[in-house]
Amino acid sequence: MPGITREEVAHLARLARLELKAEELDHFAGQLDDILGAVARVSEVADQDVPPTSHPLPLTNVMRKDEVRPSLTPEQALSGAPAQEQQRFKVPQILGED
Amino acid sequence: MTTTTELVAYEEALATYDPVMGLEVHVELGTRTKMFCGCSTELGAEPNSQTCPTCLGLPGALPVVNEIGIESAIKIGLALNCEIAEWCRFARKNYFYPDMPKNFQTSQYDEPIAFNGYLDVQLEDGEIFRVQIERAHMEEDTGKSLHVGGATGRIHGASHSLLDYNRAGIPLIEIVTKPIEGAGERAPEVAKAYVAELRELIKALDVSEARMDKGQMRCDVNLSLRPYGREMFGTRSETKNVNSLRSVERAARFEIQRHAAVLNSGGTILQETRHFHEEDGSTTSGRIKDNAEDYRYFPEPDLVPVAPARAWVEELRGGLPELPRLRRNRLREDWGVTEDVMQTILNAGAVDPIVATIAEGADAASARKWWMGELARNANETGRALDELPVTPAQVARIAALVAAGDLNDKLAKQVIEGVLAGEGTPDEIVEKRGLKVVSDDGALGAAVDEAIAGNAAIADKIRGGKVAAVGALVGAVMKTTRGQADAARVKELILERLGVEG
Amino acid sequence: MTDHISIIKLTAAEIASKIASGELTAVEVTEAHLARIDAIDEKVHAFLHVDREGALAQARAVDAKKANGEKLGPLAGVPLALKDIFTTKGIPTTVGSKILEGWIPPYDATVTKRLKAADVVILGKTNMDEFAMGSSTENSAYGPTGNPWDLTKIPGGSGGGSSAALASYEAPLAIGTDTGGSIRQPAAVTGTVGVKPTYGGVSRYGMVAFSSSLDQGGPCARTVLDAALLHEVIAGHDPLDSTSIDAPVPPVVEAARNGSVEGMRVGVVKQFRGEGYQAGVLQRFDESVELLKELGATIVELDCPSFDLGLSAYYLIAPSECSSNLARFDAMRYGLRVGDDGTKSAEDVTALTREAGFGDEVKRRIILGTYALSSGYYDAYYGSAQKVRTLITQDFEKAFEQVDVIVSPTTPTTAFPIGERADDPMAMYLADLCTIPTNLAGNSAMSLPCGLAPEDGMPVGLQIIAPAMKDDRLYKVGAAVEAAYNARWGHPLLEEAPSL
Ligand SMILES: [Mg+2]
Ligand SMILES: [Zn+2]
Repeated sequence: MPGITREEVAHLARLARLELKAEELDHFAGQLDDILGAVARVSEVADQDVPPTSHPLPLTNVMRKDEVRPSLTPEQALSGAPAQEQQRFKVPQILGED
Repeated sequence: MTTTTELVAYEEALATYDPVMGLEVHVELGTRTKMFCGCSTELGAEPNSQTCPTCLGLPGALPVVNEIGIESAIKIGLALNCEIAEWCRFARKNYFYPDMPKNFQTSQYDEPIAFNGYLDVQLEDGEIFRVQIERAHMEEDTGKSLHVGGATGRIHGASHSLLDYNRAGIPLIEIVTKPIEGAGERAPEVAKAYVAELRELIKALDVSEARMDKGQMRCDVNLSLRPYGREMFGTRSETKNVNSLRSVERAARFEIQRHAAVLNSGGTILQETRHFHEEDGSTTSGRIKDNAEDYRYFPEPDLVPVAPARAWVEELRGGLPELPRLRRNRLREDWGVTEDVMQTILNAGAVDPIVATIAEGADAASARKWWMGELARNANETGRALDELPVTPAQVARIAALVAAGDLNDKLAKQVIEGVLAGEGTPDEIVEKRGLKVVSDDGALGAAVDEAIAGNAAIADKIRGGKVAAVGALVGAVMKTTRGQADAARVKELILERLGVEG
Repeated sequence: MTDHISIIKLTAAEIASKIASGELTAVEVTEAHLARIDAIDEKVHAFLHVDREGALAQARAVDAKKANGEKLGPLAGVPLALKDIFTTKGIPTTVGSKILEGWIPPYDATVTKRLKAADVVILGKTNMDEFAMGSSTENSAYGPTGNPWDLTKIPGGSGGGSSAALASYEAPLAIGTDTGGSIRQPAAVTGTVGVKPTYGGVSRYGMVAFSSSLDQGGPCARTVLDAALLHEVIAGHDPLDSTSIDAPVPPVVEAARNGSVEGMRVGVVKQFRGEGYQAGVLQRFDESVELLKELGATIVELDCPSFDLGLSAYYLIAPSECSSNLARFDAMRYGLRVGDDGTKSAEDVTALTREAGFGDEVKRRIILGTYALSSGYYDAYYGSAQKVRTLITQDFEKAFEQVDVIVSPTTPTTAFPIGERADDPMAMYLADLCTIPTNLAGNSAMSLPCGLAPEDGMPVGLQIIAPAMKDDRLYKVGAAVEAAYNARWGHPLLEEAPSL
């Protein structure tokens, strides 16, 4: 299994929306490489014919009736907002798609 | 928005290139509550008044699946001739966007609830084209952003945005076709016919109103060109959120012409999203889809798998309505109208009102006549859909019955309709209030007839002399004095009787 | 009137019965604990927020019910320390992170609701590793918590605030959450009792998610019976949590009142010892196995080979899920917002806020998880880890065909000094070696004190593991072990802790 490079860490940080500083990149790259080196052992079972477990319990079909439940009031919904305007969450300009 | 894109003439483009399309349609379900929480989905509420910890993505909140969401997905899958998964899961599609509260969309990935189906669509000349369906899966909608400070609410140049999460979490079904090949020059027509048929199907299933103008149904048109004979697909563009049937057709057509121009000049098509512009039918570049885009899908750990019992699936299959295309053909035959007329009825959204009116006792011809005539005109003038007019099929059937019984003539019936639309009451109440009943009582008509004969002696003489066709003028005079309320047939009989002429 | 010190030394069961009998009022009990917090929490730092007014109001309500002759629940009026990972309407909830500093949730977690409905008095919110990521509580953005046995040592983590509150008599009950051992490991290193119920046994609604498929809330206490009483209050089906088990809660209180191992088969897993285990920990563990034999249990040696892959699988699954769960902290709807000077985009503000608001361990795990889930690595990492999970579950299933419960040391070592492993993530991760397999498989486990390690005089925990939905077995065995040890020592182990 290949190790993790500083460039990869930078790319992952962008994907995860973390504005890492240069020294953090160095620091994390080393640590993550160690951790990955240790946990990469799991790929020993990659070829084994066992089903993956995504849920620890064998539950299926948990559903609710299509019945309206009380919502929060707009005041409650917006109570934690860093900024608000016109009863909406005010956020900096959004880049990207229309 | 103006565009300077060079285009190749449509026929010329098709002479060189074979278009391949993929259509992705998102349908907002008409459930009472959101997909994963109990918030109401009712449109038009105050901003952020239909949100809760779950659909706001507050720390700690968890989703629970709406059973009608699942049921609707299965119904759609069955109607599209799909296989229904014995077992499937939700997945998280991870990417950051401010209108998405959790910064992942709860969706389905490699285990859709319905897959491998098809939908037969009928083209304008009656030909049936089979569109293969890849999958139909469940997901959730995002919130709505309002861009402030820029021109006309656009994102570019905006100083900030305002977010309303009322729509976040409303259930969506995404229906994805397999690549549509072999449509040739009819590709845009196929696209439109497919979306139209799908819309009718969704409405027939009663899982959504599927109003494209309200964003309840949105179509992404993926299109690529390849030289004829080549197997490999060309690079595709994705025109997002096309919001009317006509636009679907125009977007496909435009992209064929644009791609051909790029390819002819030796250029390469960028894999990108594009925006469609209603004003001129053009598309413009959106976001480049770089390969770094990685949604890091994984099974949603907060939801357990969905394993629809076969008995349930069969029960839903048993309850499926007649397919719209078959129903349309049946109705066309029942009503004795041509394909063209049927298409007009369909375009006007009059099929269901007419069916309902017939069910209320009207004959097909008159039901059709009123919905496609007076009512369609009113709907058009007031910018409403037929089913939004304040008149019920039962009321239309009553009006038709009054006409059939001779109690109303067409002119009076129009006035009754006008009254109903104005909220004056039921047809009978309006007849009563406005005094619109046809007068066929001889006593009441006699004076008017005598007056007409007296006032038009020359014409009366002509009739006596055998020119029976001239009677129309006298009938018209009687109708005028009775303000249209006379029974025209009886008036004619009375005039001829008085003038001693055989009718 | 009983004095403060004798009140705070009471067990929850004793407090409840004294309130029910009128010997104590809930207000007296609450005031005694608030006074204790005032006196020592500056040193211990178990609490991030003390809700004095709310606690007293709840206590007064209990006293009023009592005065009205209303029937009181089994824990009515008993104070409790709530881990700051559960939302509390109107009370700050930070999850130990700067990114949620000052956030006041508009809703109560199901656990919070059930505690309130049972008239339990919530004293406040306890310190924890940021987003429950850690084994020492040093990763809290609000500073570390001290171990009441030795304030220079860690109280375990992530729920170190809850375990320290119990061990320092600031509260007789606490709530923790256990993703890889965050209830049991703190219990072990502070000489208290902690239970990770079966996954799905306690609602996760309103419990800020770290790793959804592993997280489980559970009771923390100083005695096995108290833990059982609390377990019964918080457990049971919740329609707001799709992964909640819709079945009756196992009879934990009855089991705790009838401790016995007579005739039981107890498994000892080969893989739970070896390199990295402190000698004194193994010594106390071996004595516990002897004790179980004396009490009438049969010991069965077990081989669970896939347990060796548990830690690796855990450090792929938990970071993967957390990278997605923590994406919502984006500075848009709640919490911290950094860098919004009117020129930056939402995207930049999100990245700057997350950089400023998350600590190192959280960032490390988010990056690790982002990596493990990325398309090129999914099969090798996340996919394989999920297969390991299946193998571990199968090992447990085979084991439980032969035994009723499994025992092991809860942690390989006793509490280590604050700062010792702070920048050595791999060393820190080893603290959860014995607790992780249970989280991966979803079954239940308890840690309870089994003595002090001779080399450092710090508490050692005995872990008992039971099959899913057989949580009552933990209490049956735990109560028997606890009674035998208390008889041997002449007092509960915690009596040996230095007074603060
Ligand atoms: Mg989608
Ligand atoms: Zn909601």
